[in-house]
Parts: sequence; C-alpha cells; structure tokens
Amino acid sequence: MVVSIELSDADVDRLFHALADATRRDIVRRSVDGDLSVSRLAEDYPMSFAAVQKHVAVLERVGLVTKVRRGRELLVRSEPETLRRARLALDQLAEVWEGRVQRMAALLDDDSTPEHQTRTKREG
Amino acid sequence: MELTVDKDLDAHTLTVVATFDHPVEKVWELYADPRKLERWWGPPTHPATMLEHDFVPGGSVHYVMTAPDGEQFHGRWDVLEVEPRHRFSVVDAFADVDGVAVPEMPLTRMEFSFEPTATGTRMVTVSRYDSLEALQQVLDMGVEEGLRGAMSQMDAVLEEG
Repeated sequence: MVVSIELSDADVDRLFHALADATRRDIVRRSVDGDLSVSRLAEDYPMSFAAVQKHVAVLERVGLVTKVRRGRELLVRSEPETLRRARLALDQLAEVWEGRVQRMAALLDDDSTPEHQTRTKREG
Repeated sequence: MELTVDKDLDAHTLTVVATFDHPVEKVWELYADPRKLERWWGPPTHPATMLEHDFVPGGSVHYVMTAPDGEQFHGRWDVLEVEPRHRFSVVDAFADVDGVAVPEMPLTRMEFSFEPTATGTRMVTVSRYDSLEALQQVLDMGVEEGLRGAMSQMDAVLEEG
C-alpha cells in the first residue's frame, strides 16, 4: 500500500537525515522487492542485529520503508514514492538553472548584435 | 550553448555545466555588471533588480524580484571570493527590504568557475544546500517567486532578441 503524503519541513529534514547514511541507503535499495526480513538484511552488515533494526526504524519513521508481516516474519519494503519526492526537489532546482543559462545565452547573443539590443521589459 | 545538470541527492548539491560561444570576459560581465545580471537572474515574469552590487570579497549584493502583481521578494549575496574572469563564490539568502538576511531561512552556497575553451567559455555552477529541508524551502519560495516554469518563458526572451 502506497500512501500519498504531504511532507512538512520537519519531515523533509528527517528524510534527508535518513538518506545521509550509507547503510540506510543500502537497506532502501535492497528492500525494493520487499522480501527481506530485518534478520536477513542484518546478515550483510558488519554490525549487530539491533543496530540494523535501529536503521530500519529510522527509515520507517520517514516513510522510506514499511514493514509487512508475513507469517512470523516482518519483511521490509522500501517506498519509492518518498525517494521520488526528494528527487523532485532537485529536479525543480535544475529547471531554475536551465532557465537562467538559457537567458544568459540569449543575452550574450543579444549583446554581440547591438542593433537588436533590447532590455528585459518590466512592468512599472 | 550546451548544458548539463548533475543532481546529487546524497550531497544535496546541484552542478550545472554550461558552455557558451562567447569569450570568458563576456560571460563574466553577466555577473559583474549589475545591469546585465538583472536581465537574466529572474525569469521574465519576475524580473530582478540589483539594488546593491558590491562584487568584491566581503561585499554584498542586494536584489529584488518583482511579481506581476507587484509583490517583491528580496535576496542577498554575501560575496566570499572573487577572482575576476576565473571564479567567485557567494552565499545566497532570503532578505528583507533593507537587504538584511532573514534569520532561520535556508542559505545556499554557490560557487561559479569559468574557463576559456576553443570556441568560448565553460561555466560550472555548484549550488549546495545545508539539508534537503533547506532545498525544499528554497523551492517552496521559488514557487512564489515564479522561478519555476522559467523554461516555458524562454520563448518570449528569445523573441525579444
């Protein structure tokens, strides 16, 4: 079940914090199929089960992974929607700069042909 | 003009590499000359006006962007380093009408470098945010300032030329 949520600033900060750790990013990657339990995930890291469990808990709090019960096991599954939102923020910034670079190029072309020089129109 | 954008989610960094068919001196002027800077920093719907432009290390730049309804958004650069026609770095902040940085608003550290190529100039712009929260906040403000959708407004600018 993917729940669409609006992220508050505090949520986004926690999201960034969650993603800032290499082990947690690896857990998110390995949990895409949602068929690994915490114990199974923990086998691949040089740290205690409890430490891995803590990492999973951090990811769970920000919605990057969810736990799904199957029989006696709790399986971890990553939630790509949250990751997508983080990427979207950078995409938007990229768009801002694409616009700026386009305007810079137009301005440079403009100024090298003075007879066509115009100023950006402003509303008074 | 060529443009590549690298988005690093983990390092919360955006790197823009652009090449222009014009000499470094001309590209540098787009920043060093406030009358030129204000012609491209904001999108056509929200033009920027440079109120103060002390483009030296330790100096500051105060600009305002005006929305179609007249609402104004102030920004400020604290200029850290300037090596003319080579590189410069600033910290960009949201500002009040006096150009004073608004506390508790996100800061953006921006580094710009320029180098000549066989046909013109290669410009590298690195924007770094303290956190993803900061980036999100800047973008939320950017929506108000009309920064987004800048691409779709390009046609009008090109037609002006």
